[in-house]
Amino acid sequence: MKVQVRYFASLREALGPQETVDLPAGSTLGQLRDALLARGGRHAQALARGRAVRCALNQAMGDETLAIPEGAEVAFFPPVTGG
Amino acid sequence: MARVTVQAADFDLSAEVAALREGDGGVGAVVGFIGTVRDRNGGQAGDVRAMELEHYPGMTERAIEAMIDQAFARFDIRGARVIHRVGQLQPRDQIVLVAVSSAHRGQAFMACEFLMDYLKTQAPFWKKETTPDGARWVDARVADDTAAARWGIPAGNA
Repeated sequence: MKVQVRYFASLREALGPQETVDLPAGSTLGQLRDALLARGGRHAQALARGRAVRCALNQAMGDETLAIPEGAEVAFFPPVTGG
Repeated sequence: MARVTVQAADFDLSAEVAALREGDGGVGAVVGFIGTVRDRNGGQAGDVRAMELEHYPGMTERAIEAMIDQAFARFDIRGARVIHRVGQLQPRDQIVLVAVSSAHRGQAFMACEFLMDYLKTQAPFWKKETTPDGARWVDARVADDTAAARWGIPAGNA
């Protein structure tokens, strides 16, 4: 299935604003992150497991155990710092 | 009136409070909070020359709407208004407004603080400061997670 992945703040600067990723149906947010890490390079650096990376599924905060539905919008970003 | 606005433009506290009170004779208290851009962040006064605020269009507005729904469920309040600025800001600029109306002050004070604590840890905004050493993304603060935890908000943000 195709998933639209968006990046914000420091992750956007490292990886661009968005990309489309092909994933096995039923994949979780954590598996998506693993697939991106496996590409190496900038992805491996920006999304490294030791770094604080938050994610959202269909514009709601989510954790990496969540399964991604077909046609979903996923986002990765650093901890939020508004207000 | 919209409850949530994310905008580049500045805002006027008096106008927002007037709009919040308009037509509601049951309001006996309005609490307003304004967050502003500091000219320092741990360093010397004047170190922060400019601040850029990024957000996640769509999700940001939804997240704040959801937190206002939560505030209405938890507190006896009559109205709430949140404005958050994005884009290029300067030291001393206003960044965020949270205003809450209620019959008596206690509930408005609590709801206003709840909304700010929630916003700090759950609303997708990111600050980038320009300093003499260059531009840097601002780190999330553990203190903000602690403040959110008081309300039972699961906040492992920082």
